[in-house]
Amino acid sequence: MIEFQSVNKWYGSLHVLRGINLRIEKGEVVVVCGPSGSGKSTLIRCINRLEPIQSGEILIDGKRLSDPSLDLTALRAEIGFVFQQFNLYPHLSAMENIVLAPMKARKISRPEAEEIATRLLERVGIPDKAASYPANLSGGQQQRVAIARALAMQPKIMLFDEPTSALDPEMINEVLEVMSDLAGEGMTMAVVTHEMGFARRVAHRILFMDEGQIIEEGSPQTFFENPSSPRTKQFLSKILSH
Amino acid sequence: MDFTVVAKNIDFLILQGLLGFGNFVGGTFRLAIPAIVLGFILGIFIGLARLARTPWIRIPAMVYVEFFRGVPLVMVIFWFWFIIPLLLRVPLPEYGVALTAFVVFEAAYLGEIVRAGIQSVARGQAEAAMSTGLTPAQTMGYVILPQALRNMIPALVTQFIVLFKDTSLASIIGYVDLTKAAEIVNNREIRPFELYLFIAVVYWLCTYSMSRYARYLERRLTPG
Ligand SMILES: Nc1ncnc2c1ncn2[C@@H]1O[C@H](COP(=O)(O)OP(=O)(O)O)[C@@H](O)[C@H]1O
Ligand SMILES: [Mg+2]
Repeated sequence: MIEFQSVNKWYGSLHVLRGINLRIEKGEVVVVCGPSGSGKSTLIRCINRLEPIQSGEILIDGKRLSDPSLDLTALRAEIGFVFQQFNLYPHLSAMENIVLAPMKARKISRPEAEEIATRLLERVGIPDKAASYPANLSGGQQQRVAIARALAMQPKIMLFDEPTSALDPEMINEVLEVMSDLAGEGMTMAVVTHEMGFARRVAHRILFMDEGQIIEEGSPQTFFENPSSPRTKQFLSKILSH
Repeated sequence: MDFTVVAKNIDFLILQGLLGFGNFVGGTFRLAIPAIVLGFILGIFIGLARLARTPWIRIPAMVYVEFFRGVPLVMVIFWFWFIIPLLLRVPLPEYGVALTAFVVFEAAYLGEIVRAGIQSVARGQAEAAMSTGLTPAQTMGYVILPQALRNMIPALVTQFIVLFKDTSLASIIGYVDLTKAAEIVNNREIRPFELYLFIAVVYWLCTYSMSRYARYLERRLTPG
């Protein structure tokens, strides 16, 4: 479903992705972890071309992202993205945040879009917040609205970039639960996170990135119990000790 | 002090000078309101063009802004008044000349305000909108511009107030605005103190209502 073929990316002279090769299958849940600055965000932002790459190829459902005839807008509509900082539209209510893209990009009628949005707000556990503005929602509620906004386009893939890193500890679980449910329903997911409990329970595969490379890759069991690289061991001991 | 001079000439001052109904081509409102509306529309296009990726669009917009910000408004008015008719070999009406000069000149300033307003919206907003499958134009229209416009209100209103007062410069080509109307009355009655105090109050009332309305709008558009 998602395929990276020798992908390289630079920011100026900084080589942030170094020859990445990766396949994510349909229905697979992949967790990406690694130290800060290792290129995790960059990796998943390349999937819907929020960031361009300089060499190699990324394929989504067999479509090449470098193809000049690719309809990038249509492709992005199929890939949900959830940001660390939520990025809800502050001038719109939760309901309007969710219905905007279905109405404008999919040309769905307002009543139909609102019905979808109402169902999604129920699914993420905040049916009573439809009329609230982002500024009046807690971080956990905002992130759940952001997930509902992404799901409203009925994406085939969901990407998460540290979705719980900006949240107070007591709100992390409500967001992780929504994500676990989604994984249970068979969504294809790539999740950058340091929530190792979530990774252990939900991930099919865990990638460990360092300095722009994937240096370890495996099932949760081998990843946690039998990591091969010393960098991974070091990282795990640091992150699991607190 | 004797304000009967104002009472006696109130029709001329208000109807002719402020509103533009009368025997002369004139009116502060008649020039300022369309100039604000049209200048702002052109300013939005210039602001957007300044941020375009394509150099063919971005560079001309930049040259436009830098040029008109670097020359005096009076010169632009003279220019349209003397040079354009010479080039086109047709005389242009005062109103058309004054309005065009103001729109063209103000759009440069307003374009910069629009550009800064758009840049004030966090980058994550556009990323979020595009990642849900909105086109760049829809992203601009539904997500970026509404937030940008709200952020722009204070700077925009300051510029609108400047423009409103600058309309008095149109009198140099014979346009009878409020200032010119007071001057005409004064030439006859020689009561400068009363007349100029009166129009100062009128200008102030207009600009003060503009800034009050802006503050109300800003508050109303603050979500939550
Ligand atoms: N827009 C950018 N311009 C320049 N450098 C960037 C940009 N975004 C990220 N970087 C750099 O690229 C590297 C990888 O960043 P990122 O993918 O955000 O790492 P991570 O998400 O793993 O913390 C970092 O060194 C970061 O400073
Ligand atoms: Mg990151």
